[in-house]
Amino acid sequence: MESVVKLEVQDYHLFYGDFRALRGISVQIPAHHITAIIGPSGCGKSTFLRTFNRMNDLIPGVRVEGQATLDGQDIFEVDVVELRRLVGMVFQRPNPFPKSIFDNVAYGPRAHGVHERARLAGIVERSLRDAALWDEVKDDLGKSALALSGGQQQRLCIARALAVEPQVILMDEPASALDPIATLRIEELIQTLKQKYTIVIVTHNMQQAARASDYTAFLMMDEERAGYLVEYGPTRDIFTNPRHKQTEDYITGRFG
Amino acid sequence: MRYIVDRSMRALLLVSALVSIFVVFLILVFTLRAGLRAFREIGLVDLLMGRVWRPGQEQYGILAMIVGSVFVTILAVAWGVPLSLMGAIFLAEVAPAWVRSVVRPAVELLAGIPSVVYGLFGMVVLVPLVRRIPVPGNTGFGLLSASIVLAVMILPTITNIAEDAIRAVPREYKEGSLALGTTHWQTIVGVILPAARSGIVAAVILGVGRALGETMAMIMVIGNSVVVPRPLASNPLTIVLSQARTLTGNIAVEIAYATGLHESAIFATGVVLFVLIIVVNSLARLLMRGRRR
Amino acid sequence: MQDAGWRIEHRDRTFVLTTSNLAWRHFAQRVAFALLWLAGIMAVAVLVVVVAYVVLQGVKVINPEFLLTPPRGGLSGEGGISTTVVTTLYLVLLTISIAAPLGVGAAIYLVEYAGQMQGQGRLAYLVGVVRFGVELLAGVPSIIFGLFGYALFVTAMHLGFSLLSAALAGACLLLPVVIRASEEALRAVPRSFREGSLALGTTQWQTVWGVVVPAALPGIITSVVLSVGRVISETAVFYVTLGGSYNLPRSILSGGRSMALHLYYLAMDTRAFEKAMGTGAILIVVIVLINLVINFLSHRLAARLGGA
Repeated sequence: MESVVKLEVQDYHLFYGDFRALRGISVQIPAHHITAIIGPSGCGKSTFLRTFNRMNDLIPGVRVEGQATLDGQDIFEVDVVELRRLVGMVFQRPNPFPKSIFDNVAYGPRAHGVHERARLAGIVERSLRDAALWDEVKDDLGKSALALSGGQQQRLCIARALAVEPQVILMDEPASALDPIATLRIEELIQTLKQKYTIVIVTHNMQQAARASDYTAFLMMDEERAGYLVEYGPTRDIFTNPRHKQTEDYITGRFG
Repeated sequence: MRYIVDRSMRALLLVSALVSIFVVFLILVFTLRAGLRAFREIGLVDLLMGRVWRPGQEQYGILAMIVGSVFVTILAVAWGVPLSLMGAIFLAEVAPAWVRSVVRPAVELLAGIPSVVYGLFGMVVLVPLVRRIPVPGNTGFGLLSASIVLAVMILPTITNIAEDAIRAVPREYKEGSLALGTTHWQTIVGVILPAARSGIVAAVILGVGRALGETMAMIMVIGNSVVVPRPLASNPLTIVLSQARTLTGNIAVEIAYATGLHESAIFATGVVLFVLIIVVNSLARLLMRGRRR
Repeated sequence: MQDAGWRIEHRDRTFVLTTSNLAWRHFAQRVAFALLWLAGIMAVAVLVVVVAYVVLQGVKVINPEFLLTPPRGGLSGEGGISTTVVTTLYLVLLTISIAAPLGVGAAIYLVEYAGQMQGQGRLAYLVGVVRFGVELLAGVPSIIFGLFGYALFVTAMHLGFSLLSAALAGACLLLPVVIRASEEALRAVPRSFREGSLALGTTQWQTVWGVVVPAALPGIITSVVLSVGRVISETAVFYVTLGGSYNLPRSILSGGRSMALHLYYLAMDTRAFEKAMGTGAILIVVIVLINLVINFLSHRLAARLGGA
């Protein structure tokens, strides 16, 4: 099937000062699909993910080489604040704000200028429905977000990200802090989300990558501790017919 | 043998620990006892509401001092808190590392300068400046000069503690907000400051307590006339040019030569000051609990 | 906000979406940050102005004679400040020698011994009371300590206006400071230190004295240095317990004037503002030195625990 390229990096390098964390990565992320990034711990998966919404800019001394684009536009030429709206992120550990459920989801829209109560309520409901959380919280949106369970909090964070209408959703091991049942619900949710959004998900759980994603990128660390791309392609190919031995070793669990 | 040492050291250390409550207890008892005579003979209402303080004529009303203390503190808070909080936000979120390495020690140094030095500076520089304001009866000494000096003195206290509170806010909140496409400033206002609220309030309370308790610098610039502050001219704002006397100033200035009922009245002033500070602390704590959602 | 795709407006900087308030948000941030920078600069400016003025004015009168001759009183503040320097020194030594052992001892008890009393209700209750007492003490203004010192030490115990009365009152003032800072230093010592020592069969006191306290020493010393700074800057508590004499104290039962108090008297009773400035300049220099020492000690503390 022909896919439209949503995000792309070409020969992308990232440095912390003199230390190279990512080396020469080139990848095309297709729109409306789920792309998984897998690899052993510490190889730079999260760092690579954070490239797409420029969260790495927050680290002092960070330097970047190479190209990174969103719909063909260089993301480093673009207003970073607007980029982060278009490219949303869900973090490894749920991080709801110490506010009510409603205020958490409404935070983004409010920040972007939406203030009418009715409109906010509509956005909140729609986002919570899309995140499969509405039915569980609809009776008490004023409750503190911190009172929710881990899985609910994570879905709340997803709803919060959806509320600002992004094009892409980045997920950094979104279920790793959750129990298996909650994890399953998140995976189901991600499948429904790809219809509207482009999803890039980092995971160290290979079964998850294998069953949940359409494309997979496998990263590893070289001798200088820089992360590089070993192999990238449709998930089915990567898992049943990998081209590199390292990929096969990792997938079959020989290391990592 | 060493078990004997161990036991005795434990006992000794316990005694040290108990000394602190012992001291608190002593202070409360002594001050209350010494002030009791004044409360009984002068009466609580006459003492607190009396406008005239003339020991020579057995008149002991400390209303002027209560108003003086409260007023100068309110003014100092009005000048000092916004500046302090802005400084705290600046240091915690905006200043680059090298700027912070200059400003933070500067603020800490401000905290260490003796209060009499501030008082001296106020006397020699600030008072003549304020005296220039063309209002009849304006001596330069008064609430305005005193509140400015006080604001400078409480600034480091509030800034340091508020800054620590802001820095203590978990990074995840900040990252979560930025990832939604908000600006840094929006993140500060929308997430960081609300999360740091209890620490910031604690900082302000501390500042207020410090302001209420300041003595020597106040004596040096506030004028010390026993008068309930009132506007000097038709413009109500000129009330800040009025002289005043603080509760602390009242104690320090008169205790050395006071005897009998006079002395007791001074201790009563101390009790009133103590109560005022406790009330402020409790009020603020109540405010914090009420808003916790 | 629409979901119907978005258009690239210009090749320059931004994607522009309808209903975006992006320009306003950037502008608001610029204004806010400008004000914040102003506040930061003002804080430094205030310090510079006050310190520079006092030091520049004060340096005019500082010379060996100023430092080595005693004050002689009079309306124009004759003489120097020698006796006040000595009095300050005596006061610091006496106050610290009372406050430090008590404060550090209390901190050691609270951290090392009281912590184990979780189960034993009565003692745990006592610890809570002590904590509460320390907190209360920390909020009491300096003049109240002075008043208390006047009532108890000067009057009731008949110690009169003296170094001893002042030191006792000052020690009460310093107690919470020393306790808090020492507690922090002791708590920062890793649990493994204590466990390692106890596993060798030592008593608790041996562990505390031999392992924990040495490890916490930079922090404890910091708290003592902090107290020295407090004693030097404090005025109200000593004003009503030390008396106003500018002579050299002969014993701990004689009164005197600390430098800070001398500044106050000069400012209020004489016209010798320049000499007051001179005294102030010296005080500021001393405080700066003390701050530097504290910073140095804090860094050593951090390095020591980080490398351990």
